[in-house]
Parts: sequence; C-alpha cells; structure tokens
Amino acid sequence: MPLLTVTDLRTSFHTRNGVYRAVDGVSFSVERGETLGIVGESGSGKSVTCYSIMGLIPQPPGRIESGTAMFDGIDLLHCKPSEARAIRGKRVSMIFQDPMTSLNPYLRVSEQLVEPLLIHGMLSRKEALGRALEMLEAVGINDAARRIHFYPHEFSGGMRQRVMIAMALVTRPELLIADEPTTALDVTVQAQILDLIRKLQRELGMAVIFVTHDLGVVAGLCDKVQVMYGGRVMETGSARAIFNAPQHPYTQALQRSIPALQPKGQELFTIPGLPPDVSKEIAGCAFAPRCSFAADRCLSPRPELEESHPGHAHACVRARAGEISLGANALAENND
Amino acid sequence: MTENILELRDVRTHFPIHSGFLVKRHTGSVKAVDGVTLSVRQGEVLGLVGESGCGKSTLARTILQLVPTTGGMVVLNGRNLGETTREEMQLCRRDLQMIFQDPYASLNPRMTVHATLAEPLLVHGICKRSEVQGQVDALMKLVGLAPRFARKYPHEFSGGQRQRIAIARALALKPKVIVADEPVSALDVSIQAQILNLLSELCRGMNLTLIFIAHDLSVVRHISDRVAVMYLGKIVELGPALDVIDRPSHPYTRALVSAIPVPNPDIERTRQRIVLAGDPPSPINPPSGCAFHPRCAYAVEACRLAVPPLVPAGPSREAACIRLSELG
Repeated sequence: MPLLTVTDLRTSFHTRNGVYRAVDGVSFSVERGETLGIVGESGSGKSVTCYSIMGLIPQPPGRIESGTAMFDGIDLLHCKPSEARAIRGKRVSMIFQDPMTSLNPYLRVSEQLVEPLLIHGMLSRKEALGRALEMLEAVGINDAARRIHFYPHEFSGGMRQRVMIAMALVTRPELLIADEPTTALDVTVQAQILDLIRKLQRELGMAVIFVTHDLGVVAGLCDKVQVMYGGRVMETGSARAIFNAPQHPYTQALQRSIPALQPKGQELFTIPGLPPDVSKEIAGCAFAPRCSFAADRCLSPRPELEESHPGHAHACVRARAGEISLGANALAENND
Repeated sequence: MTENILELRDVRTHFPIHSGFLVKRHTGSVKAVDGVTLSVRQGEVLGLVGESGCGKSTLARTILQLVPTTGGMVVLNGRNLGETTREEMQLCRRDLQMIFQDPYASLNPRMTVHATLAEPLLVHGICKRSEVQGQVDALMKLVGLAPRFARKYPHEFSGGQRQRIAIARALALKPKVIVADEPVSALDVSIQAQILNLLSELCRGMNLTLIFIAHDLSVVRHISDRVAVMYLGKIVELGPALDVIDRPSHPYTRALVSAIPVPNPDIERTRQRIVLAGDPPSPINPPSGCAFHPRCAYAVEACRLAVPPLVPAGPSREAACIRLSELG
C-alpha cells in the first residue's frame, strides 16, 4: 500500500476577481522510500498541491473543494485537527523555498530545532537538544555544538537551508515534502543540498516529494516524475520514461525549452502563448491553446490521465490515439 | 568590427563599513569588485557568471556609474566615464543602458507602457512630442508587443511581457552597449527561451554589445560569445563561451560547471561531480593569495601567498591559476 495516496484533489481560491482553480483534479501516490518529483512552471499548482496536503492553505480565501489524501489510513484533508497535528511535523514534514523567511529570526536555532520534538512529546528537553545537535551535524554544519545556539541571521543562505532540513528531519518523518528547496540557492550550494537530501533519504528510508521547476534537478534525484500544467497532471511516469520517451506534447515542449539541451547559436525552442488563466473554467486540455498538435477535440471534453504503459500515464487524447508522434527525442539526439 | 567599445581597467568598487553609534569609524570595506580588467568588442555578447556575492551585479552598476568606483577606469568609446561631468555623463548614458533582473520592481507601477517608453525619448530630446507616438509603437513592435497595449500599466502584463517592456525601454535611446543583470532569472523556462531569443535577435540585428549577467551557465553558454567567470570580485577565467563552459580550465569554473544538474537521468546519475565544501568566503576579509584556495582541491602552499594574475590558457583564453599547466 502506498504511503500517501492523493485522489482527485481540487483546491481553489475564491477572490473578488473570481475563482482560481489552482489545483484541478490531481491524483498521485507515493510509496515508502520513494522520491516523487513534481515539475511545472509557476502557477501550475505544484506548490498548492503540497500546501493542501499539509493543511497550510489559508481558508478563506482558499477552499479544498474535493479529494482525499490518505496517509497511512488517515485522510489528511478530512480528519480531525488533532489527528492532523499528530501527523504534521512529525510523520510528514516540509521544507520551504526561502530559508530567509521560513526560520523565526527571534529564536535561536536550538529552540526551533527542539520545538517539534517537544510539541509531539517525543523526547525530554535534554534528549531533544542532543537529537537536534546530532541532526545539525548530519546536515553538515561544522562546529554544530556552538552554532546550535546561533540566531538564523548568523548563518549564510545555504547554511539556513541546512538548518531548515535539520528541522524538518529531526522527528525522523516518513514523508518529506520539499517545495523548491534549492531554487534560492547558488548551483554549488544546490549540489551540496541535493547530495544531503539523497544521503539522508538513504539513511532514514523516508519518502520525498520534491517540487521544482528545474528538470535537471529532477533527473538526478527522483524515481517518479509528475508534470503539472494549469493545476492538472499532464504526464506521470518513471524519471527515465519522462526524459527519454515523453508522451505528452507539454512535457516535450518543456524539455525542448531548456537552453542546455539545444545547439548553441540556433534559436531556442519556445512555447508560444501564455500560461493558462486558471480563473476561467478550462473545458478541454489546459495546454491545447499553446500546443502545436492541438485539434478540435482537444478543446473539449477534458482528457483524463490514463496509462499508456504500466507506470506511465499521460493526458493527451491525440497521443493515445496514435495520431501524433513526438518523434526522436531532443534529449537523446543531443547527448550522443 | 573588432574595435573595443568598452574597456575596464583595473576597476575596483569597495563599499566602506562603518561602526559605532555617535562617532562613526571606518572599520573596513567590502571589496565587491576588486581589480577587473576587461575589454568588450562592438557587437559582442559577453556573459558574466558567478555565484551570488561574487560582485557581478556591482560590476554592472559600476560600468553604468550607478555606484562610484574606488579605483580604475571604465572607458566607453575612448572616454573615461569616471572623469565626465554630469551633463557629459547623461550623453554617455544614451550609449549605455541597463536591463534589471526583476521586471516586477524595475518598472514604475504608476506609469503606462507609453509613459515608460516615452520618458527617455523626451528627456534626451530624441524626438519631438508629435513623433513620440510613432517611436513608442515602433519600440513595442520591436520587442514583440502589440502597440494597442501602450495605455496599459505594468501590473496588467505577465513577467515575460514586463521584461519585454524593460528591454524596449533600454532600446529607446538606441544604445551601443546594454548591460543586462540576470534578465531571465525571474522567468519560467518557456518564457526564458522567448526573452533569450529576443535578446539574441536584437543584438544581431542592431549590432548591439551586450553584457549578460547570469548565474545560470547553460543560459550564458547559449547566448554569449565570450564568458567571464567571477569569484569574490575578480575574474578567474575568460574565454570563448563554448571553450570555457565545455572545457573549463580554472578549478573554480570546473566546480561551477560540474554543479549544474544535467537534465538526463542516465547521465546525471552516473557522472562524477565536484561538490565544493562550504560557502564563498566573505569579501570583507578575503583569503590571502588566490581567493579560491580554501575550497580548491588542487591548492598548494604557493596559492596562499600571491594573488594569481590572469594568464593565457589556450587560444584567446585566460585563467587566473598558478597550477594551470599541472592540472592539464
């Protein structure tokens, strides 16, 4: 049985300017010890998906319209607040994008690290401090015994992100949700943090949901990849399948816009048009207005996510009917 | 067209640090840019890369004289910008424009696109009021925006469209040199590609010289003719873009290139990576000798003693490392 199963999650924001369907019918599951990458551009609903699971959507204006998120037999979206509190921060933790704003500047790092352990009544204060110190060493902070008493401003950006990771992992969670944890960091620091997440995952055996817009990061870290667009899942499958044999035109377009994969001097491939306006109901495929393969039947009804091979599903009616061939993959050509 | 349009000669920009409450004392300085010598040819796209805090943005601001230089010279078209009067500098600014990173912050939210684009034309007396409308329309078409949007405000546009407006504003005076400070970092991949295409096209079409600052090496590799890699206020490697990024010679460039994740699971999982330990040191009190030596895998005693100069490292390439010949 999967550790987390999300079914038909719909989260919308009711504002004066209308209803924004940020997440519009998303289903996925994560097995124990597995890494799921969620990729998409800004506004694709990847962060809101995570926030919904964690119960961090401000309501109002947000509203979880439908769906379930079963974590080990408990529906995180509909359980009692006390049940959710017992899981959140203990068995499911989250790392946020910006380490500058997600640590409390008024509290010493030691206070923030022991807090989850004390709140969940897992350890006494003294033991908790010992565990926090251990964790800080595990994330690679030198001289941890002294630095644990520092305030967040005394750390650099990369160090703060390490502290955030230590804070998320101090309760030894079964599932870690990482929302763009390296986007604000330099590449050299990003490489350090990704190595760290890989190492800790091996040691603790936890499952990871890794949200990012960087396909390169996903390639090295994730077992499964889910591509989102306009609040919907466009394609999901193993990392290898998504990169080497994408089935959905959007996945391929996204890959083809990475400058690293295109020959220098040539014009870069671009996706025409603009991201979808999720404040309006989209009847058909969300990508249809920008898709070079779109036909009339893409505009309605909405395509369902269906498996094309075991473990590989996509939501493109034309690809399923065999009407379009995405051809030799741009990636494969380039890496020869 | 091999004439150098812009030359930097040993440019230094230091910011003083004061301490004390009533009696302010000068207690040190942040050496943001510390001895940069560089020449840029007309029509060239020069990429400037480095991690945050390496001084690339300060260098951009120094070139435009938005921050005062502590030492050295910025020479545009044979004229030392440090010695110009206010009026002369304003004339020079026609030739030297900037595009900023964040299109949400760099456009005035109270000005329509028309007002934003008309302002430089009127301030510099480029055209008469009656001709402004035509000029603004032409500028908008140039960057791929429909002129009917001219009466809209910045908040009505998406990030990519705003960056197009910022580009149009920079082009309004028909400059010779544009300094673009991370112009695509705030944008999504698909929008990034559109803006990069636009910039390349404009450079080629108008024979513009572009100084393109970014931390994303794959973007820089794509757009630049030459690349300069900065570390702690100094250039550590300089050369043709493909050579520097595909076959880096300085140990820092090697580590930087190696840190970029490759968007291919088969390669990414098997390749050898160099993971640097620690963070870049503080520019207030940089390490002695080569600033990179505390993090460098190849550092020897001599690296600590003297600052290595940029020396030739292959055809039209330079690198600042004393062990280049040994590293191979």
